Amino acid sequence: MSLLGLLAAACDQATSGSGYGGEGANARAGATPGVAPSVGGSAAVKPTPRAGATAPASAEANQKADKNQVVIENFSFKPATLNVKVGASVTWVNRDDVPHTANDTENRFKSGTLDTDGEFSFTFKSPGTYNYFCALHPKMTGQIVVK
Amino acid sequence: MSDSKVDKQRVEGIERRRFLKCMAWAGAGVVWVMNAGVLTSCNLVPGGKGSGKGLFSFLQVSDSHIGFNKDPNHDATQTFQEAISRINAMEDQPAFLIHTGDITQLSKPEEFDTAQQVLKGAKVKQVFYTPGEHDVFTDEGKSYLERFGKGTQGQGWQSFDYQGVHFVGLVNVLNLKQGSGTGLGGSGFGQLGQEQLGWLEKDVKGLSNSMPVVVFTHIPLWTIYPDWGWGTDDGAQALSLLKRFGSVTVLNGHIHQIMQKVEGNITFHTARSTAFPQPAPGTAPAPGPMKDVPAEKLRGMLGLTSVSLVSNDGPLAVLDSTLA
Repeated sequence: MSLLGLLAAACDQATSGSGYGGEGANARAGATPGVAPSVGGSAAVKPTPRAGATAPASAEANQKADKNQVVIENFSFKPATLNVKVGASVTWVNRDDVPHTANDTENRFKSGTLDTDGEFSFTFKSPGTYNYFCALHPKMTGQIVVK
Repeated sequence: MSDSKVDKQRVEGIERRRFLKCMAWAGAGVVWVMNAGVLTSCNLVPGGKGSGKGLFSFLQVSDSHIGFNKDPNHDATQTFQEAISRINAMEDQPAFLIHTGDITQLSKPEEFDTAQQVLKGAKVKQVFYTPGEHDVFTDEGKSYLERFGKGTQGQGWQSFDYQGVHFVGLVNVLNLKQGSGTGLGGSGFGQLGQEQLGWLEKDVKGLSNSMPVVVFTHIPLWTIYPDWGWGTDDGAQALSLLKRFGSVTVLNGHIHQIMQKVEGNITFHTARSTAFPQPAPGTAPAPGPMKDVPAEKLRGMLGLTSVSLVSNDGPLAVLDSTLA
């Protein structure tokens, strides 16, 4: 937990560097419309979703997004175990009114502070099982299985 | 750490029965008088003044969560300020303050700044701190220690003597292990660690059994509710080092409500938050702010704790008062 913290800005940078999560990942249906971010970029923490993602073409993207999304709700990661393929990007989004984090137990990724509606993405380039937890509420645990 | 039911029953047995009785009698202020570690009476506290003229008293504030701005409290700075004003208005000024952690909500520099600014307004100038997980989770406590770690050891633990009482500040919010559920065996509890326990052993080694000891740390040292991680993994090891003392008082924060338990000569006490209340164990799907507390009731659920040494042979009086 020594890397991120201190500088709020560093969180953003660190997460940007470690993931891309741009496409599909943020196309939440029903989310705030508005500014369409430059999709395909590499920013990982991106609270604003793509506007008007309602075309049939995006259904697939949505599905894909859902698959690679972990929702933090009521002090738990949902799903608790997520299976993804090598190279996939996973996005965590915090739906609680309480800040949380997603920290790998072996320090391979750290989300920094995720306040309400905050997001964090990470791209899994190597196969394996990644156990993670919330640094503020270590009772909260989850797992990403990369094959 | 699997004795939560027993613990809870004990807590409820002592807490509800006696606490409610006291509340009915005293209204907002309650004094607990501990005699040889046992609660023996409670009294009305006139105008926030301590009960009896103790040798000295000190004040515990906890969980100010500066930066918190959601329901049920959109201004945690204001309520913290009110708590300090209460202290400033006390006729018998406490010898010092102890902040038992979660000073800030997100460890942001501006949140620490605000907290320090508010504390500067206290008439009492000496403040001892122990961090909460909210103060250290982004940087392993680096910025916390830079601000508040002066005179402490290791990762912020400390001890000092004041008028014949030995005070120990422990840190149990660093190196947290992830909770159970993924086969790694963690509990999601607070953690003291071997280095700190080793230090504690040496620290209390030369002390006489008759010296009153006060321990303060953020997460309760006793298991209150494992499902929410409300306990300290190696808390029992610390307590075993303190068992020989005739009077031990353990002060915690973290759970934002009053709970009390007596075990032998050790009295455990958790303090209210100055920012927001949390639900009683198991009464909600998860811990966290009780969002639906009406504004007019909020201050009745926030508060501070005064502790007095009444006489030299041990009994300490613990008084909780709300901001209402």
